[in-house]
Amino acid sequence: MSLTNRYDFVLLFDVKDGNPNGDPDAGNLPRMDAETGNGLVTDVALKRKVRNFVALIHDQEQREPAPGEKRFEIYVREKAILNLQHQRAYSALKLDEPAVSVASEAAPEKKSGKDKKRKGSGDDVNKARDWMCQNFFDVRTFGAVMSTGTNCGQVRGPVQLTFARSIDPVIAQEHSITRMAVTTEAEAEKQDGDNRTMGRKHTVPYGLYMAHGFVSAFLAEQTQFGEDDLTLLWQALGQMFEHDRSAARGEMATRGLYVFKHESKLGNAPAHALFERIKPKLKVDVAVARGFDDYAVSVDETGLPAGVTLIRIV
Amino acid sequence: MKTYCLELTGPYACFTRPEMKVERVSYDVMTPSAARACFEAILWKPAIRWHVRKIEVLKPIRWINLRRNEVSGVVSSRNVETAMKSGVGELAQYIEDERQQRAGLFLRDVAYRIHADLEVLPGAASDNTPMKFQEMFERRAGKGQCVNQPYLGCREFAAAFRLVGDAEAEAPAISETRDLGFMLHDLDFSKPTDPQPRFFRAQMESGVVNVPAWTSDEVRS
Repeated sequence: MSLTNRYDFVLLFDVKDGNPNGDPDAGNLPRMDAETGNGLVTDVALKRKVRNFVALIHDQEQREPAPGEKRFEIYVREKAILNLQHQRAYSALKLDEPAVSVASEAAPEKKSGKDKKRKGSGDDVNKARDWMCQNFFDVRTFGAVMSTGTNCGQVRGPVQLTFARSIDPVIAQEHSITRMAVTTEAEAEKQDGDNRTMGRKHTVPYGLYMAHGFVSAFLAEQTQFGEDDLTLLWQALGQMFEHDRSAARGEMATRGLYVFKHESKLGNAPAHALFERIKPKLKVDVAVARGFDDYAVSVDETGLPAGVTLIRIV
Repeated sequence: MKTYCLELTGPYACFTRPEMKVERVSYDVMTPSAARACFEAILWKPAIRWHVRKIEVLKPIRWINLRRNEVSGVVSSRNVETAMKSGVGELAQYIEDERQQRAGLFLRDVAYRIHADLEVLPGAASDNTPMKFQEMFERRAGKGQCVNQPYLGCREFAAAFRLVGDAEAEAPAISETRDLGFMLHDLDFSKPTDPQPRFFRAQMESGVVNVPAWTSDEVRS
């Protein structure tokens, strides 16, 4: 059920003629590290993609969980991919309760007095927390903060993601574009019916980005994040860009997902030493990268520390 | 009392100043409480407490500014409880309605050497000897094992850590001397529902911040 291994992973993705993550401080230019010129993609941008992917492939119908059922709803949502909000009803069934009758929406049953209390969930806050974890994939995975006092309502998720940085400095290109229409009548009059407006687009011609991530088996236990969730997370990281097409993004794709699986919960090697084994490098005869083929990703699988296996998901 | 030294490095860090939490601004150097959390990420049991004694700054203090879209709301426990009681309630949050754009002034390319020792709390079971925990910590930190990856102030700023055997043999700290002003030492959790911050006057002398003991007069609420 719960995880028995620590995982550290490297995510490689690229962008071609698109803006992987705009910077609100710089008029939506691609995020750049001003000192080095490397492109950046924030952790929250990547998490958003994971959430959207899970929301796409799992039903987001708001309904009661069947007894012992784990659901894959997404708590922090984007309207763009969802139906309108509507009311919902849940029953207060717990994962570890024996399958008893399901409360119906019309006549909500009172909770039976023989609630089996899990260790450490003596109070309502813990119950509510566990219940949120049962229903919402993103709460289970990334954690959430609840509006109760300090710390007691905090769920720390097992999955930790870092900022992604491009391997080499990227340049941001600015394109002026025209639109053969105007928004208001006043504008049309001003232009004597010429009806054109100018717009701006920012793109990165090509950038290969790398992010690191960690999955803690101990924190997974606390949120009931299980093997099935982990499989889904890998799938999401591998395919999330395929379902995130838009005018701004250009062509983005996951180019590599290297998972280091440790034999134990505590781990068998330092994460940074494992990450150093994945080295994307610009090929020697390439001056400027314009495609993934211009990079060679060397994966050093020789002499992995005992108890660590490398799994290539992508 | 055996003192342990961890080297923590990372591309970014944010040790948020409590007085500037909305648009996060980091302290210039790591706080003792963040350092304690890194040790706890490797080993913590209810019977022990970590005491951070010294923080060595190994890289010049540099900054990066970044603005992100964040969600302003938290999970409303009342709504959850209503929904659980098979009542009716809208739970999901929509980011478009609850959006805040918050800037952060983070540190970049940081490296620290943290010196700390562990205390076995009075009242612990008799088989909880300091030796037991010390050996556990040495085993774990030496192998790169951890309960969750230690981080530099925020979870997205993961830290690479290394147990330093002989701190004397390592590269020296930066040669900067600076008064860092009042800095968060740690939170007082004696009332778990209402943790109180306590501060100390931090001085960096040739890259080294000596941390006064939690019980000393220098640490004030």
